[in-house]
Amino acid sequence: MNAELAIESHDLTRRFGKLTAVDHLAMRVPRNMIYGFLGPNGSGKSTTIRMLCGLLTPSEGTVNVLGHKVPGDAELLKQKIGYMTQRFSLYDDLTVMENLQFIARVYSLPKAKQLRRIEKALQTYFLSDRTRQFAGTLSGGQKQRLALACATLHKPELLFLDEPTSAVDPQSRRDFWESLFRLVHKGTTILVSTHYMDEAERCHRLAILDHGRMVADGSPQQLMDTITTTVVEIASASPQDAHDALQEKEGIASVTQLGQRLRVLVEKSIDDPIAHVKTFLKHANVDAQAEITRASLEDVFVASTHKQVSDAER
Amino acid sequence: MLNVSWTRIYAILTKETQQLRRDRLSSGMIIGMPVVMCLLFGYAINTDVRHLKAAVADQANTQLSRQLIIDAQASQVLDIIGSVHTGKEIKELLDAGKIRVGILIPHDFERRLEQKDRPAAQLLIDGSDPTILGAARSLTSITLNNMAGSVTSPTKLFEVRNYYNAERRSAVFIVPGLIGVIVTMTMILFTAVAIVRERERGNLELLINTPVRTGELMIGKVIPYIVIGLVQVTLILLLAIILFQVPINGAVIDIYLAALIFITANLMMGLVISTFAKSQFQAMQMTFFFFLPSILLSGFMFPFDGMPAAAQYLAEVLPLTHFLRLIRGIILKGANIGQMMWDMYALFVFALVTLGLAIARFKKRLE
Ligand SMILES: Nc1ncnc2c1ncn2[C@@H]1O[C@H](COP(=O)(O)OP(=O)(O)OP(=O)(O)O)[C@@H](O)[C@H]1O
Ligand SMILES: [Mg+2]
Repeated sequence: MNAELAIESHDLTRRFGKLTAVDHLAMRVPRNMIYGFLGPNGSGKSTTIRMLCGLLTPSEGTVNVLGHKVPGDAELLKQKIGYMTQRFSLYDDLTVMENLQFIARVYSLPKAKQLRRIEKALQTYFLSDRTRQFAGTLSGGQKQRLALACATLHKPELLFLDEPTSAVDPQSRRDFWESLFRLVHKGTTILVSTHYMDEAERCHRLAILDHGRMVADGSPQQLMDTITTTVVEIASASPQDAHDALQEKEGIASVTQLGQRLRVLVEKSIDDPIAHVKTFLKHANVDAQAEITRASLEDVFVASTHKQVSDAER
Repeated sequence: MLNVSWTRIYAILTKETQQLRRDRLSSGMIIGMPVVMCLLFGYAINTDVRHLKAAVADQANTQLSRQLIIDAQASQVLDIIGSVHTGKEIKELLDAGKIRVGILIPHDFERRLEQKDRPAAQLLIDGSDPTILGAARSLTSITLNNMAGSVTSPTKLFEVRNYYNAERRSAVFIVPGLIGVIVTMTMILFTAVAIVRERERGNLELLINTPVRTGELMIGKVIPYIVIGLVQVTLILLLAIILFQVPINGAVIDIYLAALIFITANLMMGLVISTFAKSQFQAMQMTFFFFLPSILLSGFMFPFDGMPAAAQYLAEVLPLTHFLRLIRGIILKGANIGQMMWDMYALFVFALVTLGLAIARFKKRLE
């Protein structure tokens, strides 16, 4: 085990009956960074996180987290990790304060520290005026802030966050990420799953999962630089027609409409992507402008997960 | 199990108490159930059957025999609606369902009384209804106490004997047993849903990711209910004394010692159920399947000695059987716990085995 790595897995696999939710995953998560987990619904993000925490037994493969074998030595790990579940898992019928106190006690924080930590967490996550409210009656975003407050209360070395901001408004999401960076600054390693591209872009490193397989791994910049498709942007007066003209055509990985414009991912194997696209457009009598543009992370995501789908279909 | 953390146990038990306090239904059940059950079993389900229709065949027709009939009627157990001549006629009336009880006083009634080795009179009863059997037993306690200088021996008056409640008050016998029944019901129900509920509400994924150990979780979850169980015991004891004048012949401390271990045994049983059940509904079903034989076989409903041997062996496994012996022994007979250690050990072993089973069954895993 490399001491620089917080998480290392080999051939990590989990099957549910016939379905392979996680498929021979080789992960290397360096310490002290935000590692993003990107992937469509059902791609195995939550299942992987559960296996890394020792909550699910892998069907195959080995996992080493912070130097502990998982699931074998998972109990030794519990004090060092924090886990924010995708579904709210704190107690609805306990108040915000009671939930925090429960977590403080169950992680055996010394009495003197408990109050100070809780005070701090309430401030950090903007919950100071909600201490006596039942957790069940909090709004979606407030619940997620409480969950993060609880997951970080014992200052874990490694933090697993499963879609922590799915119900959080943009401003709060910014604040939320601020606090994540502060944690990293203090030495925490964070593994976070998300569907948001802006969040993915903020990660130090990203893994894209699709059908349980890792289809891309690297920094957002690396991923955008090494994208396997060319991005062609098309401006047209009749974008719907242009869309239909290009949809599911040879060499075209995907077509996305953005208002009057289309974003088309063209396979790298096509030598002249502009000409390739224009042929189809001309064929359908659609008048349009086309130009090559920089790939965004969303393009990377669509390109890598799309390929996987079409591979599977063939 | 080594280096158990009291902080973590405290965390669990505080959380459990807070949740319980807010759960109106459960809180209501803690107080409501003992009160309702006590009133129901103590008053409504009264095995002191009264006003049974009866016929008499007084073949002796002496002053003593007439006195016996007057006493029987005075007990209010019987309503003597007719008088016949032979046992055969009584039988016919019984068969036709016209009467439930017949009294046959033979010609040689007075001589039988003096001989003392033969029953003096016969009680013919409709045995199809067990409560009537019970009533008949109570009748046998009639003595000819109105007879000055009587030489009768009360137990030999009637052929039916083997009565067990000298005062003819079933509440005295039933209410102490109720402690066991109510505690079994509430305690098992409380912990049977303990883990399933965490799972159903999605709390389990968080809980099993904390450093809390299985044993700590189990103990933390059980402690609040031990307190509640003791409160219930106190409540039923008070009702027993105030409403039903149940005499507490033994030591109160013995009652609580027996109750403590019995409560614990039931809570552990609930935990075991909780590790098997997939939903709260299933947990309740399983509780019921445990509760039913407990009530039927323990000696609460039917006399233990009357059961077939196989049922008796089975009953020995049930905590309620042992507790009924303990509590009836202490309250009614004034026995002390030292005389009944075997039952205490049995409860202790049951609690230990079930705790072990619950811990072994519970995995800090999601699958
Ligand atoms: N306990 C289970 N039993 C059966 N199938 C399961 C189980 N848990 C997950 N799966 C399946 O495994 C696959 C991966 O699920 P997982 O929850 O890991 O996806 P995810 O990437 O977290 O998706 P999302 O973005 O929607 O949260 C899904 O197809 C899911 O249906
Ligand atoms: Mg998920």
